[in-house]
Amino acid sequence: MANQGPAYYSPYPTALYEGVLTPPEGKALLLEEVVEEEIAMREIAKQMLTKENATIFPGPQVLYGYNEEAKKKATLIKEMAEVLNAKMIPMYDYRPKYPKIDAEVEINPNHPNLTIWHNNIKAAIFIGVHCHYANVALKMVRCETDCYTIAICGLSGHEDAMATLRDQHSSELEKFIKIAREVKAELKL
Amino acid sequence: MASIKDMTDTHNWSGQKLVTADHMLFEAPREKHFMTGSEVLKEAVKRCTVDASVSYPITPQSEAAHLIGELWAEGYVGTYFRGENEFGVMSEVAGCAMAGARTITTTSGPGTLRAMENFPQWSGTRIPCQLILMARGINSPLTIQPDNLEVTFMLETGCQIWYAENVQELFDMTIAAFIVAEKPDVHVPIVTVVDGFFVSHTRESVMLPADDIALFPYEPYKSPLPPIDSETPPGRFLRDPFVMKSNYISYATHASWQWEVRSAVERSRRYAEHFLKGLVHITGDLDADIAFVTCGTAAHQAKEGQRELAKLGVKSKVIKLRTIRPFPTKELLAALEGVKHAFVPEFNVVGWLEKEVRTALYGKSDTEIIGGPRVAGGMSLPAEAILKEVFEHINVEGK
Repeated sequence: MANQGPAYYSPYPTALYEGVLTPPEGKALLLEEVVEEEIAMREIAKQMLTKENATIFPGPQVLYGYNEEAKKKATLIKEMAEVLNAKMIPMYDYRPKYPKIDAEVEINPNHPNLTIWHNNIKAAIFIGVHCHYANVALKMVRCETDCYTIAICGLSGHEDAMATLRDQHSSELEKFIKIAREVKAELKL
Repeated sequence: MASIKDMTDTHNWSGQKLVTADHMLFEAPREKHFMTGSEVLKEAVKRCTVDASVSYPITPQSEAAHLIGELWAEGYVGTYFRGENEFGVMSEVAGCAMAGARTITTTSGPGTLRAMENFPQWSGTRIPCQLILMARGINSPLTIQPDNLEVTFMLETGCQIWYAENVQELFDMTIAAFIVAEKPDVHVPIVTVVDGFFVSHTRESVMLPADDIALFPYEPYKSPLPPIDSETPPGRFLRDPFVMKSNYISYATHASWQWEVRSAVERSRRYAEHFLKGLVHITGDLDADIAFVTCGTAAHQAKEGQRELAKLGVKSKVIKLRTIRPFPTKELLAALEGVKHAFVPEFNVVGWLEKEVRTALYGKSDTEIIGGPRVAGGMSLPAEAILKEVFEHINVEGK
């Protein structure tokens, strides 16, 4: 599990029940494999630069400027989107949308597949989303879509994403942007 | 009285030096004391920088709840109050924990069932609170005696469940439980179970670290859900009860949410292995072909049975399960390697642990599982009863 979907109608079995664990400190996860962080960063950059309609989904932790780190991360994510030629669709609110989500301009953890289907997104980064909502959304995205999901997490990462970076703070985002620029140059994009 | 404003980087509001759980559990010097389970729970809570505790009286946990109240009066616990009933208590625990407080409560027997709706609500809202369940059994007829029937009702609530055998384990588990429950990738409630009276009211030797140290406080901003904080966005509007809007979420959301809660329990394994030094503990003859798979006081009595069997020249071993959720399937399978007969002694009539063991081993082990001996409603489980079960089974089967 944690392979690229669509997998099943139901989000079961989850990656963890298939034996996939979040990576240990200092490492990253690519599908089912624990790898060095830099290797994962290169693969993530490649996926985002080559897949159709690559999109970044920033969550509330980087959308609201409630501390200096959040503000710095938000600036870096904007730069990241430019380097990756990626769109940005925010997950600014976790409450279910009623009567209907505007899938063109927002994503919601309770029905993330709608935004991915509507925009034909084939690779996506979740960043700044609280871990529980990221996990709920990632399981559904894997079972309902063929989108390559990437979690850039400030805590311990997400085994249901196809690529996971953990303990990512502004210094790590700077490192990722630098690597993404190198990959972009290598791909002549 | 001390307040949260007295907290510094190095000391909590009551002046205790802040330390890691590893230091508290494995490094700090300890001294011998002689205490009941209720008294030792007070000592554990005293060292945990607990923000909030909510209580309601029910035998046999009333004394423990009362002693936590004394800690509040002494300035060690941030806030303490009595709920309207157990349903109120567990709801108020949820409120405290969602607001970012390290929260503990205690209950027993029928109180557990009165509060029941709250437990899956706790896990669904990913709060890392701790319930000390001093098991006593469930009506009817009324019992206030040792029995652990209520544990079976807790098994599918999405909470972690640990089971302490004695006063020492209750102390150590209570401290470790907060830390494991608060890990951001776990962050689901934890139920630490002990058998009422046998542990809560029995005085035993226990090794305790000094009481001038305490755990670092809980960090709610590492929670997988935003804490309710009206001063800081986004928490103030993002934590409204999703259950109130269930008509507007997809079925997949509900399924995914539930699998995520259960995945969180599974993620606790690696931390529990560290702090509990393994999810199962094995004593006796490791190469025996008779084993007792047990937890809590039944493990203590099974050890007596193992020693009596050894005197008769019969080898056996005790496999004590320290966690029930997550269930230690892999460890149990390894411990049963080469075992022909596994007995599951229990303090309840339904044999919930036997069912758990059978489910975990189905299709994976050739070991014969024998549910018993079982006692309930306040009966004791003497070593003689365990030996009788072993020899009756072996004789009846002609083995």
